[in-house]
Amino acid sequence: MSQRVAIVAVGQTKYESNKSNLWQGDVAYDAIEKVLQQTGLTYQDRVKDGFGIDRILTAGEDHFIGRTSNPFWIHHYLGAFRMSHDNVSADAAFAVYHAVIDILSGHYDTVLVVAMTKESETSRPAIENCYFDHIFLQPLGLDYLSASALQAQRYMNKYGISREQCAMVAVRNRVNAKNNPYAQEPLDITVEDVLKSEMLASPIRVLDSKPPVSDGACALILTTEEKAKKITDKPVWVRGMGNCYDVHYLGDRDLADCDSLVTAAKRAYSMAKISDPLKEIDLAEISEEYSYQELLWTEGLGFCGRGEGGKWMEKGISQMSGSLPINPSGGILAGNPIGVAGAARVVEAVTQLRGEAGARQVEGAKTALAHGYTGACGQSHCVFILSH
Amino acid sequence: MAERVAVIGVGQTPGKRSRKDVSEIELVNEAVRAALEDAELTIKDIDVVIEGNMEFFEGTLYTDQWLVEGLGSCGKSGLKVNSAGDTGATIFSTGVSHAASGLFKTVLIVGFEKQDEGAYGGVGMRSEDSFFDIAGGSGRAIGSMWGTAISVLNRKSATEELIAKVRVKEAECGLRNPYSHLKLKITENDVLNSNIVIWPLRFLHICPTSVSSCAVIVAPEKEAKRLTRKPVWVKDYYCIHSGLQPRCGEPWLNVGAAYPTGPQFRWGVEQAAIALYKRNGITHPRKQIDYIESYSPSTWHEVDYYEALKLCEPGEAWKLIEEEATWPHGDIPFDLSGGVVSTNAIGATGLHRVAEAVIQIRGEGGERQVPRDVNLVFTFAQGADQFCTAAFLSKNL
Repeated sequence: MSQRVAIVAVGQTKYESNKSNLWQGDVAYDAIEKVLQQTGLTYQDRVKDGFGIDRILTAGEDHFIGRTSNPFWIHHYLGAFRMSHDNVSADAAFAVYHAVIDILSGHYDTVLVVAMTKESETSRPAIENCYFDHIFLQPLGLDYLSASALQAQRYMNKYGISREQCAMVAVRNRVNAKNNPYAQEPLDITVEDVLKSEMLASPIRVLDSKPPVSDGACALILTTEEKAKKITDKPVWVRGMGNCYDVHYLGDRDLADCDSLVTAAKRAYSMAKISDPLKEIDLAEISEEYSYQELLWTEGLGFCGRGEGGKWMEKGISQMSGSLPINPSGGILAGNPIGVAGAARVVEAVTQLRGEAGARQVEGAKTALAHGYTGACGQSHCVFILSH
Repeated sequence: MAERVAVIGVGQTPGKRSRKDVSEIELVNEAVRAALEDAELTIKDIDVVIEGNMEFFEGTLYTDQWLVEGLGSCGKSGLKVNSAGDTGATIFSTGVSHAASGLFKTVLIVGFEKQDEGAYGGVGMRSEDSFFDIAGGSGRAIGSMWGTAISVLNRKSATEELIAKVRVKEAECGLRNPYSHLKLKITENDVLNSNIVIWPLRFLHICPTSVSSCAVIVAPEKEAKRLTRKPVWVKDYYCIHSGLQPRCGEPWLNVGAAYPTGPQFRWGVEQAAIALYKRNGITHPRKQIDYIESYSPSTWHEVDYYEALKLCEPGEAWKLIEEEATWPHGDIPFDLSGGVVSTNAIGATGLHRVAEAVIQIRGEGGERQVPRDVNLVFTFAQGADQFCTAAFLSKNL
């Protein structure tokens, strides 16, 4: 990168199954207020010294928000009036990516990123069905869950991944979440509990899956090196990032591999000059809506070889006591709304690197990986390498 | 900007009311191929693909994901942007910032809308306040156009007869543009007698519902100079959000008429123009700018923008019209593509403005070409009364 970009503030709401007492804008503002207070920053047009937020990026998909041109519906909560404002229709990790690009371009200095989704006001299966091709796949009633079940079957068959190995991911995440005050569904469960829980779409069971409905928001402020040092004494630097698309049709991909994640990770590693991710990364916050995905994504991220995700999980490396803890926050499996989830991973990684993660803190964390994806079975991925 | 950025290729599909012969994937692919051909590149030369449209209009979740095969974005970086009618211009600024970031060599930007597969009326209204406006049946764009029309009349900037004169100019320009959707042979009388939508807004003042796609390729300076002999430079761009709108209990039909600043549509454009003029040393826009390609969803908007862009004094748009200054032979030609009232494929419309600006600077406009040298073009788009992105494009660095 031609210059260094820092994340200087992060905020998130508690994730809940139904924030029926709050309007969409209020949910977003709960997160925005935190980053404004942390930095003492306000908006560019209200300051004279040029030291304010000069860009707002929202992440919102019209279907999930339920309105056309969704972000302006909450624009007065964003403080968008008179501001430069753009909206990314993807998982919010891509909005964070866009923010870094904006700062690198030299056109903006300080960017506020906001992601908010109230799944309680939507029907996820109906909306997710709109992701698929209109002629052949939509009439089958596919949604992310059923498509992911296909992916899980293919992955487990090809590489001999066991249901127990998948269940271990669910257990670790739900138990980790007990240390995270923002988590929606921390649970004290065992592998047996997961394997006995109700079947949703074989092989995915209720406890293999994220909670079905999740509401919440998160916000971040990113800025240039020069300004970051004046705003905070704990900036977190974006050392590398990469994203990549895969083809759309499930049948055109080998669902047991995740080529776009491999490429996205390579781009991020090469930018951050990371040659051995397993050794050089201290913790990872990975987006996974179903437990098998983490095993697959750890392969894509190069933590282990292809097909070795299950065995790698058994080694305990990704436990809190291991050398590369994954999802100390409990991750999406403990409850994060779609669209917000990827940015929530960045928020958690930053919290860790600042040493502010409380009971879920990974001691001595210097370099972290955050990951988000968009589309069924992970069609496009976005990877960040962050460091203190 | 960290690096200077140039447009090195543009491609568009002809606007139509309906394209039953192609899927959305095939539609964007037509524009992508045209842009690649124009830039003399292949898809292998592209690093990043930025896509934008109004996902709600066709009911496809994450269109960038679905269109990967048509966009050629498999294995490439990229993301999707949606900012209402401004989408086409926003993806342009997003693409330019990717090119300026120093991380990429070539960026393909693609906007589209296939409105024969959606229903704007119902879906567009979904942008309104759920409690008051939708229940009250306030139609999104129509209300905004009405507010602009009323404000133009209130300021005595133009009469209905002069608006009809401008509409005929727009139609004549549309006839000369092979990519234009509407090919109308109309007279001022036809305009004056067309059906009233909400007085003074008439049917012929309004943009159509179009199907089209547009693609633009941008590259940082070094790559642009290596790849093309005819780069068009992105001199500067500016984004501003002008919204006062959906606030509970504030039915937005009032916005146009009740606010002393006039319609919000105009306010954002005016602010963007003021900022860009200041940054680029424009003191006499009518003299210094060679061509303007605008986002005018109704004829009233075009006339309103004459004043917002300081081409004349406030309340004196009528003088420009009487002098025919914004006609092809005038001193500040405006929307020679036929403008948005001739083609409006929403997610592509903002990008069509950029493509037309590039075509004019290169002198490749054929029958719609400005009949003199074009060095500096101002172009902008607007979305949902709130998003506005404006840019200066120039022949020389």
